[in-house]
Amino acid sequence: MAYRMHVMVCAGTGCVSNRSLEVRDALKRELIKRGLENEIQLVTTGCNGFCGVGPLMVVHPDGVFYQQLTAKEIPHLVEEHFLKGRPVQKLMYVPPEAPAPVPKMSDIPFFSRQRLVVLRNRGLIDPEKIEEYIARDGYTALVKALTEMTPEQIIAEIKTAGLRGRGGAGFTTGVKWEKVRNAQGEPKYLICNGDEGDPGAFMDRSIFESDPHAVIEGMVIGAKAMGVRHGVVYIRNEYPLAVQRILIAIDQAREYGLLGENILGTGLDFDVSVCRGAGAFVCGEETALISSVEGRPGDPRARPPYPAEHGLWGKPTCINNVETWANVSPIINHGANWYREIGTETSKGTKVFSLVGKINNTGLVEVPMGISLRELIYDIGGGIPGGKKFKAVQTGGPSGGCIPAGFMDEPLVYETREQKRAVAEHLDLPIDYESLTHVGSMMGSGGMVVMDEDTCMVDVARYFLSFTQDESCGACTPCREGTKLMLDILTKITDGHGTMEDLTALEEIAWIVKQTSLCGLGKTAPNPVLTTLRYFRDEYLAHIEAHKCPAHVCRELNTYRIDPATCVERGHGCGVCKRECPEKAIFGEKNQPHRIDATLCGKCGVCVDVCHFNAVIVE
Amino acid sequence: MPKLKLEDLARMREEARRATVLREGAGRVKVIVHMGTCGIAAGGRKIMEAVLREVEERSLQDVLVTTSGCAGLCSREPMATVEVVGAAPVKYVDLTETKVKAIFAEHIVGGKIAEPYALAVGSERTH
Repeated sequence: MAYRMHVMVCAGTGCVSNRSLEVRDALKRELIKRGLENEIQLVTTGCNGFCGVGPLMVVHPDGVFYQQLTAKEIPHLVEEHFLKGRPVQKLMYVPPEAPAPVPKMSDIPFFSRQRLVVLRNRGLIDPEKIEEYIARDGYTALVKALTEMTPEQIIAEIKTAGLRGRGGAGFTTGVKWEKVRNAQGEPKYLICNGDEGDPGAFMDRSIFESDPHAVIEGMVIGAKAMGVRHGVVYIRNEYPLAVQRILIAIDQAREYGLLGENILGTGLDFDVSVCRGAGAFVCGEETALISSVEGRPGDPRARPPYPAEHGLWGKPTCINNVETWANVSPIINHGANWYREIGTETSKGTKVFSLVGKINNTGLVEVPMGISLRELIYDIGGGIPGGKKFKAVQTGGPSGGCIPAGFMDEPLVYETREQKRAVAEHLDLPIDYESLTHVGSMMGSGGMVVMDEDTCMVDVARYFLSFTQDESCGACTPCREGTKLMLDILTKITDGHGTMEDLTALEEIAWIVKQTSLCGLGKTAPNPVLTTLRYFRDEYLAHIEAHKCPAHVCRELNTYRIDPATCVERGHGCGVCKRECPEKAIFGEKNQPHRIDATLCGKCGVCVDVCHFNAVIVE
Repeated sequence: MPKLKLEDLARMREEARRATVLREGAGRVKVIVHMGTCGIAAGGRKIMEAVLREVEERSLQDVLVTTSGCAGLCSREPMATVEVVGAAPVKYVDLTETKVKAIFAEHIVGGKIAEPYALAVGSERTH
């Protein structure tokens, strides 16, 4: 009997950690109980993208989207929708400030405004079944590239398409492939950089979890183009589900003869191995990654020579980001001209962003290059929760920058070489220097952490510096010493002891570290400091000169005081704060206004948390 | 699993077309079996099984089958509505497994409404 309905349950890491597998098991049980198991197919997919409302599921062919599911709602759902055909309203998604639920996934703005190229199969296939990948035109690009195209033609297609490295640097992929093809040295290697160390970024993880074959297919095509026989997929160890899925995918591809010797009888030999990271952020940097694959500590080295000439085991190596590899088969299938129609003049195609932080619709989105921050944050992201004001979006992880509201309508595109050259000439610096003046120079690998009025930008800079300082490999003095110095100064400022001399020193150290560090980690570690100094200098000044944190995040700079009127009229001097205060700093009697002794106050904020009447004011 | 040849890939894709069509909601024909309490009581589940058997036996790649609640005419259950893309929906009533076979042969595959079993063409006005 044919299936009449497919139920796609999301089993990306986000949903799994929210117990989506329990939901799936409840579904399995209920379908059997109702005798529906031969009519309704239960499919476990990779990350669907709308992580903020998981566990979630999509019912086909209806296209109905269910969210925030728990196992106990399943019997009702199965009876009402699967048996009687009446979709269950109360489990559907309601957009913020909308009057009613939106049943169909294709009508929900979060989904409808996306353009899926890399994530074309997300939520639509079981990533652990190669047959489902093949059903959706998987491996047709491989066939075309291996049987109808020469290596030069493949490279020309990728070049014409204008694909740029999605790891953050935005280097033209076709040019890199050409360099590797023309380089001297055998054997050559391909590497897939799946180290994804930026906090808040999970684009690459999602690609591995929902469509691992997309990466494999891209690499086989690359192998034909560049004359490579062996590839390495490097994944950070903190992604166990991604590792599991890519291993299964590789096994299945090998069994079908899509990897290994004489692929599909075309004479191409190519295979891949998986190498797991060991917890170092620096290993996302290409030379450190290569060092790690070779079994050595993740120490970066100066470039040139670039890996394209001197890479893994000293041989020409093409190392590309996961998302870049996943773009290859659509380009080969549909052609460079099709790809060129998406995006802008200088940045073609789409980009996957992880939208996290103070945003209503937390999740993973893929949009055409050139979209504005405004559309991303408000139309797709659903805006800021609680009606709070947007302050900044932190992009590109610790290597990126904090983009203020003034850039809301600028297109998100990679910097052009002309823009970079202009800045470099002006400042007399190398061409790959990041100006941090265009949104594109801060975009990075795609992590987008949205911040609202309750975020302290100095604290954000301090947070990222504590991360990069910890991850610095220690090889070069500017990064090793400089990040520590910057962190110390930032901590001093957030503790309320910062001086104007500290601010001057901070800025000077930041520029020195940026210009003189050995590798990308050091060169970009000062970016959060530099962008917050440029766009949020007033917050630094408030901390230093006024001893105040405008967002009230830096506790040492807060003053806590009880509003007497509220305390008496609404709270009747209940005394809860007095009881809870660990410093015994609050005084007052029942029905009398309470007060905080500032000399005893430890600024822990417990009184704010426990007061039911919002009588404690933070200044 | 034996190593694939080029033809194998194409064949696998064809065989899996039905699943893809279903997940993209892109069928040519949609058959809605009414499964309100009245429909189920009148034997709607058996009609559903008959419909799905027809789809399977005829290897139809472009037919979607779903359920919906009571259509309002409980006395004529089991009922099913056949929607062909571009045409008005047709309501079939008093269904049996034999009639389901006929409806597939004449209407869904043959393209002509199986008039003896149809109640009405089109839907009621909702405004």
